[in-house]
Amino acid sequence: MARHFRAGAAGLAVLGLTLTACGGAKVGDDSAAGSGSSGKCGTFNLAINPWVGYEANAAVLAYVAEHDLGCKVEQKDLKEEIAWQGFGTGEVDAVVENWGHDDLKKKYITDQKTAVEAGPTGNKGLIGWYVPPWLAKAHPDITDWKNLDKYASKFKTSESGGKGQLLDGDPSFVTNDEALVKNLKLDFKVVYAGSETALIQAYRNAEKNKQWVIGYFYEPQWFMSEVPLKKVSLPEYKEGCDADAEKVACDYPVYELDKIVSAKFAKSGSPAYDLVKNFTWTNDDQNTVAKYIAVDKMAPEAAAKKWVEANRGKVDAWIK
Amino acid sequence: MTVAVEKTQRPQRTGNEEPPAPARRAPTASRSMSVGAILVVWLVLFAVLRGKQTLSLAAADLTDLHRWFNDVNDSIGANRNSNPLFLYFFNEIRLVIDTLVTFVQELISQPTAGRPVPQIGWLGVVGIAGYVSWALGNWRVALLAVAGFTFLGLQGLWQESMDTLALTLSAVFVALLFALPLGVWAGLSDRFNRVVTPFLDFMQTMPTFVYLAPLTLFFLIGPASATIATAIYAAPPAIRITAHAIRSVPETTVEAADSMGATRRQALLKVLLPMSKRTVVMGVNQTIMAALAMVTIAALINAPGLGATVVQALQSLDVGTAFNAGLAIVVLAIVLDRVTTAASGRADTARGSDSPFLKWRRHLLVAGGVVAAVLVYLSHTYLWAAEFPGEGGTGSTIAKAATDVTTWAQDNLSGLTNAFRDALTNGLLNPFQTLLTDSPWWLVGAALVALGTVLGGWRAGATSAVCVGLLIATGVWSDAMTTLASTAVATVLVMLLGVVLGVWMGRSALVDRLLRPSLDAAQVMPPFVYLVPFLALFGATRFTAIVAAVVYAAPVAIKIIADGVRAVPGTTVEAAMSTGCNTWQIITKVQLPMSRGALTLATNQGLIYVLSMVVVGGLVGAGALGYDVVAGFSQGQLYGKGLAAGLAIVLLGVMFDRITQAAARRAGA
Repeated sequence: MARHFRAGAAGLAVLGLTLTACGGAKVGDDSAAGSGSSGKCGTFNLAINPWVGYEANAAVLAYVAEHDLGCKVEQKDLKEEIAWQGFGTGEVDAVVENWGHDDLKKKYITDQKTAVEAGPTGNKGLIGWYVPPWLAKAHPDITDWKNLDKYASKFKTSESGGKGQLLDGDPSFVTNDEALVKNLKLDFKVVYAGSETALIQAYRNAEKNKQWVIGYFYEPQWFMSEVPLKKVSLPEYKEGCDADAEKVACDYPVYELDKIVSAKFAKSGSPAYDLVKNFTWTNDDQNTVAKYIAVDKMAPEAAAKKWVEANRGKVDAWIK
Repeated sequence: MTVAVEKTQRPQRTGNEEPPAPARRAPTASRSMSVGAILVVWLVLFAVLRGKQTLSLAAADLTDLHRWFNDVNDSIGANRNSNPLFLYFFNEIRLVIDTLVTFVQELISQPTAGRPVPQIGWLGVVGIAGYVSWALGNWRVALLAVAGFTFLGLQGLWQESMDTLALTLSAVFVALLFALPLGVWAGLSDRFNRVVTPFLDFMQTMPTFVYLAPLTLFFLIGPASATIATAIYAAPPAIRITAHAIRSVPETTVEAADSMGATRRQALLKVLLPMSKRTVVMGVNQTIMAALAMVTIAALINAPGLGATVVQALQSLDVGTAFNAGLAIVVLAIVLDRVTTAASGRADTARGSDSPFLKWRRHLLVAGGVVAAVLVYLSHTYLWAAEFPGEGGTGSTIAKAATDVTTWAQDNLSGLTNAFRDALTNGLLNPFQTLLTDSPWWLVGAALVALGTVLGGWRAGATSAVCVGLLIATGVWSDAMTTLASTAVATVLVMLLGVVLGVWMGRSALVDRLLRPSLDAAQVMPPFVYLVPFLALFGATRFTAIVAAVVYAAPVAIKIIADGVRAVPGTTVEAAMSTGCNTWQIITKVQLPMSRGALTLATNQGLIYVLSMVVVGGLVGAGALGYDVVAGFSQGQLYGKGLAAGLAIVLLGVMFDRITQAAARRAGA
């Protein structure tokens, strides 16, 4: 019996060796790949915060750094807080779309001095209350906050305790909405959806099924190209009107989105730092790339390639 | 403080029903009367005192404790580079673990220096997986392993899957390195068991989001942090089950060994460990499952693999792609589960069987080893065996199908589901939540302590009192009560499902075999994959959060109840049948009462699992503690509050665990 199986094993081994002989391409045959891209730039650690707009910025920067500057780009998927933390430990070189975050700036730029600002991205960030387009069309006056109370009962849901529901809450963004509702004396209750996914799904449904939804949203955002939400105007923002979080009764400021780099990276003389510093583009540019990624489902790198090839002039200005 | 309040409260309300509770055999009838009395008094006082002293705290408000947590966190970050503890302790740990993970990754998933592909390609991995499964288990699981791993490649997710596998294996290895010795120790020493249990509770119920950011502060961004986060969550089941296994070895066997003059060491190595091997392997199995459940969370700190694919796809609500990657996690989980289960079965049968078959098998094993080695060699050398061929067409087909199904459900079912949601929310959830959040804190606290005492005895009552006191100290009392309401409703639904499906599965092996894969899938599929369609159906509501919790927690309850029903002796059921009982009577009068222990365990585990979904609930509209934790993870100034909310979840978990366990012991007595 046993001999039988030993013979079988030997047979299999022979079979294996035969396969080897007629095997095909060997690993390492085309060793040319992968060695060309290590110029003087070295490694560029780029944080990827988890939203599509950010990814659009990062994809284009990574593409240019890799193909024009010969950097080895390490992309790291990180939430904002953790990415900023990484400046100090040397694991993150750059964050390329930052929304305000004065608390983080104070902690890491002013106090710990591990990060420095690297100028605006050129994108303007809007935060505010948005309604689906069908609603703005059917009731044009709804885009003024003064008329919101009139419609409050329409916004009632199982969660809002008899009042109108104001759907809040991507937890990554600062919100003043509870204070706003109180100080503007609106008959609404803030309900925390808790994630961008939940917000987008709510708006998507609302537009399709003509439901009443009002909530917290922001642009630039890829979803706007699918459902162009309409912003509700709140009392105009004036410098300092949001100083006391409890007493806020005005709109959110327009955020100049900017770039943050680690202090070490800024002093390193890496061409990637100059690229990050010079990088600016418009909301339309970002929306284009974000749409490639989110709606057309292109890989970020392919999306970046497509945009860079179509906008060579802009790219050249960054790497001059 | 709470204890004092609770003492002044209790005499007037439950004074006359209390005495039976500490008695040895408290009759169930009087116990349920006590519970009823507590509820009535609570309702009456609620009607009078509604809305007073509710300790509510707005979403952006903080307490001093929360600010203190923030300061501690900041000062750790600021002193990281000068502190010797970091330089010589945490950094060393990080280096060791990083080296381990990188080694495994270069073996199977990541290109190494000078090679565009990992050392072992897909053919080698499939070969090893098949061979190891066969050697440890049987040929059926070997076939499953080969098919499963090949399917991963067909999905177009080979590298991602191998990254996930590398990280999971490393984390499980690290977890077991600590868990098995600790488990043995806890099995041998009652005192150590008592000390370690609260830590295990803490590790299992503390939301990972709370310690993810500090972890990257200690161990930096990279494989080490991801591995340690996974290991923290995955180790407790192995410790608990190992301890349980050691304890379950019959005393007579140990005594026999003693009487033959075995030393402690010999008794452990020759008697206790071999005899508990089967159960210990089940612990390893649970650790692997828990590790796979962490895949998406680890992706938030740059762990490569399937989790990253899921997270990225969901940023653009691409359910199809996310489902495809989620399915790969499920496949990995089912393969690893079946192989370890088969291995534990073999650990049992291999003992003592000294047939010629064994010799036979040894030669087969050698032959199989040679085949696997040849495959590894091929995959190391040739491109076709190194990189999985094809474009992953199966994957895009699956993704497209998932997208179509989701779209169809959203378009056609939403009216129906809304009615159901509103009925449950308005009929059950809202009144219950109002009762909890609008009653004065001391009334709810007193009621919880009284219920704990009546159901679980004085010790459970005392634990509840401590937990209530600490809950108040966390400063998120009101949020905790909101979460408690949803949790309770979810647990009720879990138990309903558990009893119905559990009994069905327990009574029919066929149903069991058909349902079990879906139950496994529900446990390891990343929640957000199915939550996107749920969000479309139910909106961002507490109900969606409850559904998510039920999907995750029900499988555990179902499995436990099915096992309990199956364990009812066949002779008892036959005896009942011969007296003319119909099926319904057999279920309600024989099988369910006789598996009361399993029912309580199912409630206990169901509740703990529901609590572990609180954070996910916070992401889909549950608000309260779950949202606090998520917001604390995302915004620096809310970090302390998130930590406090995490602690509150742990406290709720500990309180219910102690009450249900004590109640179970009494029911069993």
